[in-house]
Amino acid sequence: MQEDLQLQIQQLQQQVEKLQKSVTKMQNSRKDQLSIACVSGDMDKILATMIISIAAASMDTKVKIFFSFWALSALRDKNKNPKGKDFISKMFGIMLPKGKNQLKLSNMNMAGMGPMMIKYLMKKHNVLSLDEMFKAAGELGVEIIVCEMSMDLMGFKKEEFIDYPYFKYAGAATFVTDAGESAAQLFV
Amino acid sequence: MTTEELKNATVAKSVDARGTACPGPLLAAKKAIGEIESGEIMEILSADEGTKHDIPRWCNKMEHDFLGMVEEDSFTRLFLKKA
Repeated sequence: MQEDLQLQIQQLQQQVEKLQKSVTKMQNSRKDQLSIACVSGDMDKILATMIISIAAASMDTKVKIFFSFWALSALRDKNKNPKGKDFISKMFGIMLPKGKNQLKLSNMNMAGMGPMMIKYLMKKHNVLSLDEMFKAAGELGVEIIVCEMSMDLMGFKKEEFIDYPYFKYAGAATFVTDAGESAAQLFV
Repeated sequence: MTTEELKNATVAKSVDARGTACPGPLLAAKKAIGEIESGEIMEILSADEGTKHDIPRWCNKMEHDFLGMVEEDSFTRLFLKKA
């Protein structure tokens, strides 16, 4: 009789543990968090990514931007020259924009005339510059996650990226798990 | 609150965000809200049209009380009470 009861209690405990686990999982599945996968290296798309991130972070939403592929150009610091690159990496380094102020527009680039005009218009309309946006994002705790695989692929080195307070290096699985927990996900 | 009441309200802090476009005013509001006490009134001056929709939404989310807005010649005053 007593053994029976003990067995039942044990089974109940197991069920409760199982329930607790699934409840935590459900709670984590809709965190007040925004995950952005940014793969474009166009000025307009980086701008949109940063504006949305700053707006979300201002509303106390946790923001995590996963920078991959062409978007990595935006994170380069034009004053940093890392050593020890092989030939192809050097070529990539020369051909790709060196930092957020050298990015092209996805439309109407017109050999660099477009970005110049946009920058002029942004100033005229009091829109924050990309430099100011990255600074604001850093102050708001926006996390930038660099895709290690595309960094290696394009021959970028950690030493050539900008100084940013919340830099992290990770792989695709990090984005997938972060995105799974976020209430909103974007692909740029 | 009516326009008259808003105009005469005691404002603990006034944030002049007329020199910035979206998301500048929101950013300025977020920075300034930490400087006032709960229950105090803050006003945000903005010349950005989008802010008129953004600030009430921000208040809604952060549980601040959005009191209303007053249109001036070339900008808008937005009032809120900190939660």
